[in-house]
Amino acid sequence: MVKVLLWGSLRTHTDGQAEVEVEARTFKEVLDRLAEAYPGLRPQIERGVSMAIDGRIYREAWFTEIKPDSEVVVMPYMTGG
Amino acid sequence: MALDSHGKREFKQIGTRVARPDGIDKVTGRALYGADMSAPGMLVGRILRSPHAHARILRIDTSEAEAIPGVKAVVTGADFSIPDDAALADISVNVMARTKALYDGHAVAAVAATSAQAAKAALKAIKVEYEVLPHVTDVDAAMAPDAPVVQKGRSLESVPAGMGANVTHHCEFGHGDLEAGFARADKIVERSFKTAATHQGYIEPHACLATMNGDGRADLWCCTQGQYMVRTVCAGVLGIEASQLRVTASEIGGGFGGKTTVFIEPVALMLAKKSGKPVKIVMTRDEVFKATGPTVSTSIDVKIGMTKAGRITAGAATLRYSGGAFPNTTVDMGAQAAFAAYDLDAVRTVGWNILTNRPKESAYRAPGAPQAIYAVESVVDELCLALNLDPLDVRILNAARKGTKSSYGPTFDDIGLLATLEAAKAHPHYNTPLKPGQSRGVSCGFWFNFGGNTCVSLNINTDGTVGVTEGNPDIGGSRASISLMAAEELGVPYDKVRTIIADTASLGYNDVTDGSRVTFAVGLATIKAARDAIKKMCGRVAKIWGIDEDAVEWRDGAAHPAGPNAGKFPPMTLEEIAAISFETGGPIAGHYEVNADGAGVSFGVHLCDLEVDKETGQTTILRYTVFQDAGKAVHPDYVEGQMQGGAVQGIGWALNEEYIYGADGRLLNAGFLDYRIPVASDLPKIDTQILEIPNPGHPYGVRGVGETGIVPPLAAVSNAVSRAIDVRMHELPMSPPRVLKAIKAARG
Amino acid sequence: MSAITVSTTVNGDAVDFICQPDESLLDALRGRLGLTGAKEGCGTGDCGACSVTVNGRLVCSCLMLAAEAEGAEIGTVEGIAKGNALHPLQQSFLDHAGLQCGVCTPGILVAAKALLDRNPDPTDEEVRYWLAGNLCRCTGYDKIIRAVQSAAAQMRSA
Repeated sequence: MVKVLLWGSLRTHTDGQAEVEVEARTFKEVLDRLAEAYPGLRPQIERGVSMAIDGRIYREAWFTEIKPDSEVVVMPYMTGG
Repeated sequence: MALDSHGKREFKQIGTRVARPDGIDKVTGRALYGADMSAPGMLVGRILRSPHAHARILRIDTSEAEAIPGVKAVVTGADFSIPDDAALADISVNVMARTKALYDGHAVAAVAATSAQAAKAALKAIKVEYEVLPHVTDVDAAMAPDAPVVQKGRSLESVPAGMGANVTHHCEFGHGDLEAGFARADKIVERSFKTAATHQGYIEPHACLATMNGDGRADLWCCTQGQYMVRTVCAGVLGIEASQLRVTASEIGGGFGGKTTVFIEPVALMLAKKSGKPVKIVMTRDEVFKATGPTVSTSIDVKIGMTKAGRITAGAATLRYSGGAFPNTTVDMGAQAAFAAYDLDAVRTVGWNILTNRPKESAYRAPGAPQAIYAVESVVDELCLALNLDPLDVRILNAARKGTKSSYGPTFDDIGLLATLEAAKAHPHYNTPLKPGQSRGVSCGFWFNFGGNTCVSLNINTDGTVGVTEGNPDIGGSRASISLMAAEELGVPYDKVRTIIADTASLGYNDVTDGSRVTFAVGLATIKAARDAIKKMCGRVAKIWGIDEDAVEWRDGAAHPAGPNAGKFPPMTLEEIAAISFETGGPIAGHYEVNADGAGVSFGVHLCDLEVDKETGQTTILRYTVFQDAGKAVHPDYVEGQMQGGAVQGIGWALNEEYIYGADGRLLNAGFLDYRIPVASDLPKIDTQILEIPNPGHPYGVRGVGETGIVPPLAAVSNAVSRAIDVRMHELPMSPPRVLKAIKAARG
Repeated sequence: MSAITVSTTVNGDAVDFICQPDESLLDALRGRLGLTGAKEGCGTGDCGACSVTVNGRLVCSCLMLAAEAEGAEIGTVEGIAKGNALHPLQQSFLDHAGLQCGVCTPGILVAAKALLDRNPDPTDEEVRYWLAGNLCRCTGYDKIIRAVQSAAAQMRSA
């Protein structure tokens, strides 16, 4: 199981929990499990999210490995100018 | 990919100030920008725009226009279908209005004619019947429940029930116990701020040349930050396949984020399709201001608590952003960035996006961050003044560092903020006493940076020279930096390498030139493509020498036996290997594709000295210094250039630039005379200090530098002005009338 | 409206062209003569990207009618170098990174050359005020001023 930190406004879809646990070993598995467990998150996940794994921010990176003790933070999809 | 592990690499070419490959073309007038391309028999395309801020389009009669001699095609919204994808649909509706004109300048029809005169006459002959609707252009007014509704049903699921119809997005970030944090503060300051929408202000208006043949094959030449994005969007809007549309990026005359989307390209393609002739559209400056670009306009509340010793105990902000008539989520970025420079136990930011009858927001250098950080840095400065603390000491005390849980969630790795603050503290600028009437402002800045999708080919030519093909428009000297990295990795002189920007048919997909990504991500891919070519060259040499491939190593531009056991062979240079490539297995090329991560966040600190004429409200910047971490500066001239250019755009934002709307919702200052960007005589020298704290995510330690520089000036200038007039300013721009008003209000 | 024939000298060469009565000199240079070095950044004389010289005087070519160029000597960015030999200003802009995107550069070079032709030893302030009509959005002007001053110093010592 990995702990996944969600940003504040996503918590309305996770019964108020800031941090949820999912069984996942990769970037994609985290998102798939989140969408299954918390369907309210699905629209945001489909629009796109970034994910910080141990401090490094990934935009799309399905196969990026996640260790059980990794710090995983779901973030909005990064855009720039 | 991690920073190369062999410790501190001694670079031979990285960090030198070589001549840029496109330089001579650009100083002799030969370089071809968007408007500089022509095609035989091409038509002049022009766009008719709504004069109303908000109006229902009841009827468009184009019959008279079509009858004008020389007019070959007229298009309206009826010619375009609406794509299923919501983002594409918004772009489609923005490039040509359908049922409603959503802002002053919204495109409603377009013509193509044999001459500019005929096109102009045709625009006048198009009859549009409007039903003018109530409009709203102010972000706070638009949030009210009874505000005119810009677009119905556009709220994301993130918006709680009960909000007004214009509220389309809500977000919240942070951690810790705010109440407890504020309870520990000796001083709490709470303030509200407003920032005006600004425009990227690139000197080159949008321009394109489109052709579309009867068989559906289309070609597009345009000034853009991303030809692949143009292809994706135009193909989606027009319903054609990507392979049918080849997009070539011209030289680009500035973008700063404003050329990361399309405005005229689908219209030109549609006109070309209808007329069967090439169509060129070049926007006027008036159109650029009215229908492209601007940043969000904002309204922001910030509350910060601080101990007497200067430690921040809690920080909170509510950000209300409007990116015009279409939904966007830029406020996500501002809400994450607002407190990023600080190590905080308790922090919370709340963001809202609100629709207004203004043009659709485009990205502008660190989109969303300058406004949020301006508000936070203003309150930090006010606390420093109130508690009689040195503003740099306070920032050093509170600075985010390795191990800090950032305000947006993740824990920071190596970041350069502390080193940047300390460099500013030690700099002669900060230690020069101010003269009477002068004041000094300080601000931190932050941007995320990113990497993204990147594809590079590197060809070893048979004469021992090298061609690099990449797919990112060169907006400020990146071809030089990419060539430098290829030369460094291969061990050949810089002038043996030529880097070109491919069209969309010639190379795999590349993300737009944005997010400060090019030197980082294209550089990374170029280094890896060079390594791919090196591996192939070593393989050829291994066969020649009759030894294992592993026994050949690459050094200083040549293949060498890897050690004494590999055998004794004289090194073979790249030139020698290239010369016999046909005999050893054919052409040699390296390739690499990646969705790059590890861009590494970026911090900067700016110092600004200025004086304010208390009779006129006019601010004069006297001295300005930029400190920024570049990871590794590949071409220091262009790193400094990014820092200076960003700073001056920020100074313009702070002092002069704003979208001014009349009561009728029309833009009042759609030209460079009234929308005043900084000119040479407004400014002093912009000094720079590049710090190099290697980014562990790049083989040479490179960190993007393009965007952070625009973030700190807003507060650095505002803090200095506030100190100069002894009144806290909380609205941008601080144009002379606004400063004068603040001075008079304080005098009572 | 009937077209007008105009005889001029452009960068030292005699040139005839036809234009509409309401056509700007900039449009004629770019559209009729293929000299696309001068750029249209605003069309209202605010940005200076279209700067050319007419009989030695610096003008915004977007504000002048092409028909008014009859008999005039016009200088554009394309005429600054002599063949492949760059003018010291051009070389200096390359050496000092006085350009990023480069779209304002033709106008700034024409304007800077007009300044140095009049005043070979300007102060920084004089350079900044002379170039105040030439907008650059990329550089913040710092490296442009350095490039002009370096070229001026080199030209004085030549």
